[in-house]
Amino acid sequence: MIETWINIVLNLLVALFVLAGTFFILSASIGVVRFPDVYTKLHAATKASTLGIAFILIGAFTYLYLEHSIVSGKLLLAIVFIMLTAPVGAHMMGRAAHTSGVKPYLKNRNDEYEHAVKVYKKKNQ
Amino acid sequence: MTNILTATDNILQITLMISFIGIALSLALLLYRVITGPTQPERAVALDAIGINLMGLAGLMSIYLVTTKLNDVILLIGILAFLSTLAIAKYLEKGVIIDRDVD
Repeated sequence: MIETWINIVLNLLVALFVLAGTFFILSASIGVVRFPDVYTKLHAATKASTLGIAFILIGAFTYLYLEHSIVSGKLLLAIVFIMLTAPVGAHMMGRAAHTSGVKPYLKNRNDEYEHAVKVYKKKNQ
Repeated sequence: MTNILTATDNILQITLMISFIGIALSLALLLYRVITGPTQPERAVALDAIGINLMGLAGLMSIYLVTTKLNDVILLIGILAFLSTLAIAKYLEKGVIIDRDVD
């Protein structure tokens, strides 16, 4: 009796998690298509994709616990791994884009990172 | 009671189908950005997002097939996507991937 109710609630919870994750991943991809600049595209692709993949993996974790009654540590490890490595990859990609000469979209704001690089190079000469 | 359980199972199956279609659409949009990206770093960013979408697709497939054998696949896709992103970033920044100067 009570186990059937728990199964019903967990099924609905898995459906909700999977739907939320799909929404965030789809909105991240729309952001990658629509934003005007490398840096804004990086902002969309990193943060929203991380949230969406966390939702989908939590849904898979809950469903595997519901069906097989196992606690899969690998899915939690994958969530932690994505949350650790997505900012590192985004930082590397942003610095590579700036070094290879991609200008920011907003022209009226000054590029503070370029100024910092100039000061650093002048100090090291 | 059993009727409600089968109804929620059907809801879960329909939700999985909707999620598969959504992630396929997202992969198509990212592939458009990879092909017609104006600069090279935008293509690299879209490739990184494609790796993350593949992780989500493997997770959805593990729900759809009710199996635990895809968990290793999810971890492995994540690690390979991170390493490839780092390699592409190093190549775009300096022209070489493995170099000796420390910064």
